[in-house]
Amino acid sequence: MNELLKAHLSRWLGNGRRYDGRMLDVFRPVSVELGVTKNAEGSSRVRIGDTEVMAGVKLAVESPYPDTPKDGNLMVNVELLPLSSPDFEAGPPSEEAIEIARVVDRGIREAKTLDTKKLCIQEGEKVWAVMIDICTINSDGNLLDAAALAAVAALQDTRFPEYTGTSVNYKKLTDKRLPLVRAPISVTVFKLGDFLFVDPSVEEESIFDARLTVALTRDGKICAMQKGGSASLSIDEVGRMVDLAALKASELAGYLQGSNKLK
Amino acid sequence: MLVADKSIVVPGEEVAVGMDFLPTEGVYRDGEKLVASRLGLLSVDGRLVKLIPLAGKYLPKRGDVIVGKVVDVLISGWRIDINSAYTAMLSMKDATSEFIARGADLTRYFTFGDYIVTNIVNVTSQNLVDLTMKGPGLRKLSEGRVITVAPNKVPRIIGKQGSMVGMVKDATGCRITVGQNGIVWLQGEPSQEALAVAAIRKVESESHISGLTERIKAFLDDETKKLQAALNV
Amino acid sequence: MGYDKRVDGRRPDETRPIVAKAGIIKRADGSAMFRIGDTVAYAAVYGPRDLFPKFLQDPQRGILRCRYNMMPFSGAGDRVKPGGSRRSKEISMVTETALLPILNLEDFPNAVVDVFVELPQTDAGTRCAGICAAAIALADAGLSMKDLVAAVSVGKVDKMVVVDLNYAEESYENGDVADVPVAFIPRTGQLSLLQMDGLIDKESLKKALELGRQACSRIYDVQKAALKERFASAALVNGNNGAHGPVNGKGDSE
Repeated sequence: MNELLKAHLSRWLGNGRRYDGRMLDVFRPVSVELGVTKNAEGSSRVRIGDTEVMAGVKLAVESPYPDTPKDGNLMVNVELLPLSSPDFEAGPPSEEAIEIARVVDRGIREAKTLDTKKLCIQEGEKVWAVMIDICTINSDGNLLDAAALAAVAALQDTRFPEYTGTSVNYKKLTDKRLPLVRAPISVTVFKLGDFLFVDPSVEEESIFDARLTVALTRDGKICAMQKGGSASLSIDEVGRMVDLAALKASELAGYLQGSNKLK
Repeated sequence: MLVADKSIVVPGEEVAVGMDFLPTEGVYRDGEKLVASRLGLLSVDGRLVKLIPLAGKYLPKRGDVIVGKVVDVLISGWRIDINSAYTAMLSMKDATSEFIARGADLTRYFTFGDYIVTNIVNVTSQNLVDLTMKGPGLRKLSEGRVITVAPNKVPRIIGKQGSMVGMVKDATGCRITVGQNGIVWLQGEPSQEALAVAAIRKVESESHISGLTERIKAFLDDETKKLQAALNV
Repeated sequence: MGYDKRVDGRRPDETRPIVAKAGIIKRADGSAMFRIGDTVAYAAVYGPRDLFPKFLQDPQRGILRCRYNMMPFSGAGDRVKPGGSRRSKEISMVTETALLPILNLEDFPNAVVDVFVELPQTDAGTRCAGICAAAIALADAGLSMKDLVAAVSVGKVDKMVVVDLNYAEESYENGDVADVPVAFIPRTGQLSLLQMDGLIDKESLKKALELGRQACSRIYDVQKAALKERFASAALVNGNNGAHGPVNGKGDSE
């Protein structure tokens, strides 16, 4: 975006307004659907405005990592599908895809969303691996918050397939749910000049100075952060950004309606 | 005719039989039959059968005044994104009446990301598009906001002799430039600018329903009253 | 005892329930969803647009580039590793050749039309569902094309010639199974996709192809309806509102 368009949009934000009429601290309409694809052990579709992502959880029995012989494995992957934006290309994951995946992964890991000890089948030999894949369907701003919400919703939707002791029968899902403890909710706060805003459009995403993604648990603990953008932040600004993220996170948490309740 | 005038047809749909009809834009002949070759509204004018497209990219036409964006600065000119399948070229000699010395820094005139109002002077069979900045109203655009509308709706947004966009400008006090390629540039006081965008979107989505001008006028009047009432509170 | 009744109770010539919708992805130039039974395909079209690197360009016409991909969680069983496989490469290629005969790309030399097919859920027949979705998406993008393309798999399960095999039928074990994915250009009745694996006799193959042609003509009706539904509001044109009458052709300026 060029300087003249940036200047104009900044002036709007300075007036407390967005091009689509929202105030700076307001999300577009959010929806969360569960069980949106039947071959995954758990799945979700999250929409924030016209942004749409799908998340699916596949479970498999694997060997544990040598340093955590009693813990199940967790993997988060993000596919920025070329179908979802003229700006995405087919091929190996971009930096953006890897960053989103890693930030979502950290939120889930550090909030201790999964009780990984309970995913152990046989110490040092066999554990459950939880693989979360997030695919973008329409990319219209704020993919990170959408991806993080979709991942948690898909975990809530997940049921174990039948395991015979030697093989997994994916055709038969049991009623057993994942051992979930605590949900992380990620909110990314953007800073432009002196203004903070959340849930950017594609246009707004191209003009911010700095951004801070904050993952919070429902009891208000911060479990992961990621700063992005070329500008630096003062301690005071970080404080304000975290406050706004916390406010919005409690709002987003309300959209998680899965029967596998999380703290 | 096999399909009524003004109905939506899809590629492959047979629309008429017989040699009395002549296929034009978006229609081809296959033996006795006339067949649609794109998604559109059927339009029959005497013997002529054509389709008015409902979707698709802007096709550059000589003489069109469009809004473009500078995407590259080359040795002897600029490459311009014109919201079409192809980028266009603006050469040094067509950019300004000023003399530009060889090796001059071209970004002094137009630089990456600049939006310009420009005129298409030529389109070759290979879809090479040449632009000029010489002509009334052709210029670099200043601070503002850019929206994209469906190129096939542009004639309605402009209106007869510019009547529709003129009405929006008068009601909102905004500066508005509508390019034939579906790029619209606006600048105004925030609430007025928002109203202008809403009005343009309304024209875009309701262009096919009769009484459009009256409806847009009523919309602008109502919304302006609401804005004034809000200011007086 | 052979396979004389289909597992899901369908008639031999009956497809699974079909749902199609055009315009599901806002950022794309054209898009569609096509669902047949439990197989779901999304397709998005971008272009015609500039093609790089330049050596890929064709100065005579635009080129079509298709990418078929299963989402990692879409398959029954193990996770599908992202990044493509030999299988997805081949399907991308046959998708391209299935769609090429209908497209008029002469007006777009040196440019590319990209078609991205993504499967969020699969239960056999994915390449055909992808082609059906892609054809709708191409029309939705406003491209010039002679016709749509409709595709379905046909074949034989044990003694029965059938249309639209599901996963259970594809993997039937008590007899020969032939799986023949076909795509038809509905107006001309010509085939633009034909593959087959399994075992089948000549007579059954001919019968299967005929059933396929009939099924594709029904699929075409669903595709057509999806496109018309998307633009239904545009058909409300009434009277002489001059919607498309002469207007001043020049761009307007402030």
